[in-house]
Amino acid sequence: MNDRPDARELLEAVRRFLADEAVPALGGHLGYQARVAANVVAMVARELESESEQLEAEWRGLAELLAFAGDPPADPQVVREQILEGNESLVQRIRAGDADEGPWRQAIFRHLRQTVDAKLIVARGRAGER
Amino acid sequence: MSAALAEFIAREEGLAPGQVRVEGLRRLSGGSSRLMWSVDAEITEASGLRKLELVLRQDPPGRIAEGRMGLEFKVLAAAGGAGVPVPEVYWCDPSSSQLGAPFFAMERLAGETIPRRLLRDARYAEARAVLCRQLGAALAGIHAIDIETSEWTRALDRPARPGEAALSEVDRTAEGYRALALEPHPVLELAERWLRAHIPPAAPSLRLVHGDYRLGNFIFDEAGLVAVLDWELAHLGDPVEDLAWLCVRAWRFGNDDLPAAGLGTREALIEAYREAGGPPVDLGALCFWEVLSNFKLALVFISQARAYLDGAHPTVELASLGRRIAEPEAELLTLMEDAG
Repeated sequence: MNDRPDARELLEAVRRFLADEAVPALGGHLGYQARVAANVVAMVARELESESEQLEAEWRGLAELLAFAGDPPADPQVVREQILEGNESLVQRIRAGDADEGPWRQAIFRHLRQTVDAKLIVARGRAGER
Repeated sequence: MSAALAEFIAREEGLAPGQVRVEGLRRLSGGSSRLMWSVDAEITEASGLRKLELVLRQDPPGRIAEGRMGLEFKVLAAAGGAGVPVPEVYWCDPSSSQLGAPFFAMERLAGETIPRRLLRDARYAEARAVLCRQLGAALAGIHAIDIETSEWTRALDRPARPGEAALSEVDRTAEGYRALALEPHPVLELAERWLRAHIPPAAPSLRLVHGDYRLGNFIFDEAGLVAVLDWELAHLGDPVEDLAWLCVRAWRFGNDDLPAAGLGTREALIEAYREAGGPPVDLGALCFWEVLSNFKLALVFISQARAYLDGAHPTVELASLGRRIAEPEAELLTLMEDAG
């Protein structure tokens, strides 16, 4: 285990440096790039915080839609790969017209709303507006 | 670069090199596909000294879009000639011989372009009250530009099948998405399927479409609209395309009860557009083009992420834009749910 500051605390130091020192000192085009960089650092911090929950929720949503059983694997990399496979299956079924109408369309909209909101919370700190 | 620019201006104006002085060249922020420069020119003529405050718009060297800069220059000239508020354009070098990449020079207008200031700052209260109307009227002016008898319009992009502008645009966007997507996007697949099932009746005639008519591409001041900028995506198409793009949530900057750029209702925008001579607008067609606009916006973010990941343009700004794909995805879900 590493010593403090931990990853989150280090990122916060970088974010603060960029937002509070680099942005005002640079101004103009570079100042703008520094502001974007500060936002990216904040995004990464949010991702570290919530990714395992986010992956599990998306995996379970796909499992329900695609009717596969069990629990998400322990290794997050395997979870990511299975989510990609699940999304590829969703895409194939959408193209085949399975989501054109009926209860499965409603289920897929519910699942996608949840996953998109989770992405937005990481990307900008809040879910989508309706 | 300043010396080469002074020499170019002198040649264009038919003057001796010593009669043009150029100073204050600096790069402006914004514009990921084009470089923007601010520069001042002093021209000494028999009649006296002429001072020009200029903006240069230039292809990034190494990423030159052949012929596009010259075309954008002509579109701007035509728009200005038709009374659309745009910066006056002065000279264009469509070759790379002067400054290493094609560029044109235009008038540098005073004003503000940052949407958040427009939508939040007290000093722009009056501008906010009139801008929706002004944007509708300016758009009617753009869509009235003569495309039949002018030579330059032949070089503009146009729908693959002129009677099927909407379907052509869906095909083009879907092709781009399939070519560039880095991972499966079920929301975009649902949107494509919805679009193909809801193609609106063809527009009676194709028009010159701005192609990126949104907050961020307008100069405004306390009194309202000063100029429409960024014509690089101008093409021939269905005029509703521009109205719908202006209504995309991403340009409302939080003013969500006012869909038209955070400034007005869709109805108010259409009314201003119609009063200024724009063709009739069907609300169903507007909804279709809003869905398509959000699909296109997702593709823009995908291609920007791709430009970063491929190493073509490794900036932190492009890197961050990949994570904005979720915004048009959320909006697509809402629009499709509302449309039933």
